[in-house]
Amino acid sequence: MSRLRDAALADRAGLTARHPAVFAPPLGRRALAAMATASLGALALYAAWRLEFSLARFSAGIVELGHFVSLMVPPSAGGRLPTYVKALGETLAIAFLGTLLAALLALPIGFLAARNVVASRILHFASRRVLDTIRGIDVLIWALVFINVVGLGPFAGILAIAASDIGAFGKLFSEAFEAADRRPVEAVVACGGSRLEAIRFGLLPQTFPVIVSQVLYFFESNTRSATIIGIVGAGGIGLHLVEQIRVLEWRTVAFLVLMILVTVAIIDWLSTRLRLAIIGRGRVAG
Amino acid sequence: MATAVPRRSDAQLAQLIAGYRRAVAARRRRTTLIVLVMIAASVLAGAAGEVDVTTFIANIHRLPSYLRDITPALTFANLGADLADWYWNLGHWLNLLADTLLIAYLASLAGAVGGFLLCFAASANLTRSRILRFAARRFLEFCRTVPDIVFALVFVVAFGLGAMPGVMAIAIHTTGALGKLFAEVVENIDMKPVEGVTAAGGTWAEVVRFAVVPQVLPNFASYALLRFEINARSATVIGFVGAGGIGQDLLEAIRKFYYSDVSAILLLIIVMVMIIDMTTERVRHALIGAEPRR
Repeated sequence: MSRLRDAALADRAGLTARHPAVFAPPLGRRALAAMATASLGALALYAAWRLEFSLARFSAGIVELGHFVSLMVPPSAGGRLPTYVKALGETLAIAFLGTLLAALLALPIGFLAARNVVASRILHFASRRVLDTIRGIDVLIWALVFINVVGLGPFAGILAIAASDIGAFGKLFSEAFEAADRRPVEAVVACGGSRLEAIRFGLLPQTFPVIVSQVLYFFESNTRSATIIGIVGAGGIGLHLVEQIRVLEWRTVAFLVLMILVTVAIIDWLSTRLRLAIIGRGRVAG
Repeated sequence: MATAVPRRSDAQLAQLIAGYRRAVAARRRRTTLIVLVMIAASVLAGAAGEVDVTTFIANIHRLPSYLRDITPALTFANLGADLADWYWNLGHWLNLLADTLLIAYLASLAGAVGGFLLCFAASANLTRSRILRFAARRFLEFCRTVPDIVFALVFVVAFGLGAMPGVMAIAIHTTGALGKLFAEVVENIDMKPVEGVTAAGGTWAEVVRFAVVPQVLPNFASYALLRFEINARSATVIGFVGAGGIGQDLLEAIRKFYYSDVSAILLLIIVMVMIIDMTTERVRHALIGAEPRR
């Protein structure tokens, strides 16, 4: 293998003379690539300067971080395991109810935003913009807002997850409806079905598996969101996590993070299995 | 056009109808079962999540009243002054918004570089060593499963308040997410150039540089841009734990009930996110090329 390489390298001058086109550097493209890289780097340097990055702080922090990590072994619940298990259950409940609520509320919005269901351009445009606005706000901001409305606790978390997912679901559902096959709908209309019947018997059966699969996928990602929503006081295990970090109980922090990782892995596995069962192997990405 | 439809005997028909009814009944039973299980799970989750419908109904009027509270008092007669009053702190907020954007940019760039360095080790078609592949994959998984704000909480304690821990936290999360996506792209490449470079005596690094990278670069860039969109959202809230950006001011405004400030900052964030979404969508379509637009 390396004989060919050596031979080619030895005859480098001859190869260049015989195949000049291959060796000629495409100057324009190279200059463009170099300029793009340089501007990316320059912007990064400016950002680092503006955000007050400092090597001294960085190295001191790394040492500190190493110290924290050494304090994390062995992970321990510190005798509060039942509390943490209950908080984890609360987290799962938040994710489940939040996703379910969002899916139920987003279904009619998805119809409104789908071009082939509701013909009104104005309604279509308006619902799309509203959904975009909702999606632009992070779930933690929603949590803060809902804490002001219903008070501290997991209920605010449920509403926050539901609110932030309505935007995403509305968009995904409407896209699923728009991608649906028109023929079953036309068949129902041709048989004398009303618009509602056309949606129920022509549109829903073919889009339902896609919708369920997307809802399951969001349930997965919401379990992650629900673990952090407690940071601002909206219930779940995040509250304990932030408390233990604040009081520097690193062994408990490690325990809580491990608990979250295991739970997320189990939910991922379960939901992937379910999604495969619903829409069949080969159509699930990831 | 009249065609003769074969008519089955009544006994056969009865059998077929009974079979059809059985099938429908079985489906109905299954659907009912699923619905019952969902309801049971909801009730259970509702109990765990302290859902109290009466409190909710008693308090739901606060949502519209909250929205009314944060709506600024704009009068048509005095629009300019009202707007100036609403955005009294605009310079400061724009500064913070620029910080937020730069946090997202730096974290996306660092995360993309990290994901780029690790993705080749995590791809089954380039890395023969099972141990190396396993290690790379588990590391990426850890990076993307721990939420970035949890990293930020720990880093703020270790590095002190400021944007630096925020950037690092988002960067680590981005490394995990992009590393996985990048590895999937690499696993789907055309292997012929790889074989060509290998046959010509190329080393592993040369294979990656000349056979793999040219194929995957547009996809990588597109994924990195997509991640930048997500990171811009994350960067708006990373300040909640003291890790820089506009989040800190937003948190204060919400907690201290500075109503008009809340709507002012939220509107700025929404506009920023929308502009980023639209720009990156354009760039991504240009990068991937012939992908049809809806």
